[in-house]
Amino acid sequence: MNALKRTFYDLVRYPSAVLGLSIILGLLLVAVYALVTIPYDEAVRLWRGGEDVWYLNPKYAAPSWVNFFSIKKAPVSFAVSTADGTMSKTVTPSSEDIATTDIKYSFDYQYDTFPQEMILYYTATFKDKLPFASVLWTTPDGRKIKIANMAVDRRTAFRFSQDPKLQKTLKTNDVMEGLFADPKAETPTPVKGIYTLEIIGTTFESGSTLDTQYVSHGELYGLAGTDKYRRDLMLPLLYGTPIALAFGLLAAIGTAVLTMSIAAIGTWNGGWVDGLIQRITEINLVLPFLAILIMVGTFYSRSIWLMLGVTIVLGIFGATIKTYRAVFLQSKESSYIEAARAYGASNSRIIFNYLIPRMIPLLIPALVSSVAAFVFLEASLAVLGLGDPVLPTWGKVINDAFTDGALYQGRYYWVLQPAMLLMLTGLGFAMLGFALDRVFNPKLRDM
Amino acid sequence: MSSKSLAANAETQVRSEPTAKKSFDDSTLIRMTKYTGIRLVTMAITVTIGVYLTILIANMGGYVDTIMRNEIRDNTTQSILANPSFRTLSTEAKQRLIQEKITSEENRLGLNQPFAVRSLGYLTNALTLNLGRAMQMTSDQGSKEVRLILLERLPATLLLTGTSELFLFFVSVFVALALSRKYGGWFDKFTIALSPTSAAPPWFYGIFLILIFAAVLRVLPFGGLVDVPPPDNKIDYALSVLKHLILPAASVIIASIFLSIYTWRTFFLIFSSEDYVEVAKAKGLSPRDVEQRYILRPTLPTIITSFALLAITLWTGFTLTETIFLWPGLGITIYRAIGLYDTPVIVGSTIIYAYLLAITVLLLDFIYALVDPRVKIGGGGSK
Repeated sequence: MNALKRTFYDLVRYPSAVLGLSIILGLLLVAVYALVTIPYDEAVRLWRGGEDVWYLNPKYAAPSWVNFFSIKKAPVSFAVSTADGTMSKTVTPSSEDIATTDIKYSFDYQYDTFPQEMILYYTATFKDKLPFASVLWTTPDGRKIKIANMAVDRRTAFRFSQDPKLQKTLKTNDVMEGLFADPKAETPTPVKGIYTLEIIGTTFESGSTLDTQYVSHGELYGLAGTDKYRRDLMLPLLYGTPIALAFGLLAAIGTAVLTMSIAAIGTWNGGWVDGLIQRITEINLVLPFLAILIMVGTFYSRSIWLMLGVTIVLGIFGATIKTYRAVFLQSKESSYIEAARAYGASNSRIIFNYLIPRMIPLLIPALVSSVAAFVFLEASLAVLGLGDPVLPTWGKVINDAFTDGALYQGRYYWVLQPAMLLMLTGLGFAMLGFALDRVFNPKLRDM
Repeated sequence: MSSKSLAANAETQVRSEPTAKKSFDDSTLIRMTKYTGIRLVTMAITVTIGVYLTILIANMGGYVDTIMRNEIRDNTTQSILANPSFRTLSTEAKQRLIQEKITSEENRLGLNQPFAVRSLGYLTNALTLNLGRAMQMTSDQGSKEVRLILLERLPATLLLTGTSELFLFFVSVFVALALSRKYGGWFDKFTIALSPTSAAPPWFYGIFLILIFAAVLRVLPFGGLVDVPPPDNKIDYALSVLKHLILPAASVIIASIFLSIYTWRTFFLIFSSEDYVEVAKAKGLSPRDVEQRYILRPTLPTIITSFALLAITLWTGFTLTETIFLWPGLGITIYRAIGLYDTPVIVGSTIIYAYLLAITVLLLDFIYALVDPRVKIGGGGSK
């Protein structure tokens, strides 16, 4: 325990270690937050759900923080509905079965460009008689525009920009301009201020109800933006953290511990065991690691756990086994091992209690640094299109962006956000590993 | 890789080298020949086993065969049903015809033999570089020979790997030497601070380079090997290739240069604090002589070993770099082949990779033997 404390105090003397540790801590917090707030099934549903789950989001929307850096403010998307109370709804019965449902929503529009699209979704319950709805639009300068009068079926969607009647009323094909633009301005610019959307519905049966959901697709969305399937990128950014950390840590620990144990067993026993391990290592060195991972991913399964297993198996007999072997060969001859042998310690006791602990200073820094490499390996596989089919990961986002030509089209946020997170993870572990290397190997300290 | 592991590597390398018997110790030439011969034989066995493993994984006990059978069935059935000249045939005749076609197609692809036989046959073919015919892919010339498809791609990969590896190696060793001469300077500290950036693979930096130089500044191409259409003039062609090479090569170099300089620098520093170096300095030798005879000379075997290891990691890493930059090399070919389930091409490129790795290891082993006096005099530990 004391040794651990001392190591820690040695470690915090290095600014890079402190930075690395705080990055890792931050990532761990994000990972815990993601796992707690979004259960696994929910994450998979949100990521793989299909149009039904994502229809509220705009396509290719950049994150809303983009507005901080641009002079022209682009509209941020939003979705409101009567079901969750974000749109006000009052029902006034007028006679017998007939009732009026008044739904209102006002919003402050302070942007310099127009939204992509606005959609009104109706949900109605009735037996035979369809409810009727008329939609009114009030601009900040007081103009009132009649948007539509329509009978509402159980589930009806009204897309503003695709409605020919509305286009005729506004005398323009671009409905968004017609609704938002200042009629006096020469170039179309939106009028800033409070807009009001009002839906006056009439139901003709007792028990018949009318609910609406109003969606405005702007150019920006949320804190992370959306991709071409309208998925909120916040999900993979958040949920990718625990996956990346789990993969990196498990692969690093698995490989390091197994490599070390096998090297120790081989060196201790010598003879054919050692020879076999050496030969396997040489064969493994000739096998193209990534090509084999790709083959396994294509032919068997893309499950992240299978990939993890193969990575560990192929990683055990890597170049590091030779390093460990060399160090073991040295310490095998040390006098304390001889002493252990003299008092009759068993082979496994010597290997696991005396030989392996000697390796910890060599093992820990390498292990921590290798986490970064494995996190990137997982991303690399995803970028090659071999990511886990159901899990939202950072590499997957980069892969989607690349296949869609995001850089070519100027959608930099799509690539940059996951890339930054990857970089942060990689740097965090690498910096900590470097500092640990110096703490454990005092020879490096003053160099 | 810490400097300690470099030193340890060198040591293992020596220990594992087979040593000649004392009776043959007469001439260095014989010993060298014997050493090389033994290395060649071990390497040949290693490659054979490696290739066989690859075939086993690629064929995975017949799963690919099922996919192939289904595809043959689909294709044959459709081509016969769609062919107007067979329309007059009765349904049974059509079925018979389809079955015959399927059988002959399966025979053509060698699917009717048992797996063990098939895999052994494949192994012999693979080792003699008789890689068979691709199922889907064709070379630019339209050939289905796997060997031609791969050979066509090899120059591009060699160009990219060769350029970036050589640059990386020489620049990092020389910069490291310069840094170790006067460590503690601002450039030294700068390199140390930047060395964790090597945690990210080349393709990752590739994304940023594409973003900066291709997407925003628009000064360099997004990817590919030459302009489209390729220039007729040879000089223009070379210049165009060079222009396309800058970004992929730069991404490979950026991804490893700082760590590699740092490792070398630490390594040289450790060696320059050895007693014999101090003695040489005390004798009043010029710093140049000290560096060349007392630091570089004894560390040469280790430098070469670690260069081999670097080359091996880089070889495999090029799959992604090539994919990101659409560089028409081996890596992108193996990636495309996997997308098409084209087993011969996958196995073929894996074999070519295995051979490339083996040649790298062997070549460096040989150079190692040349520069390591312990191999020449037949000393060192026992096997």
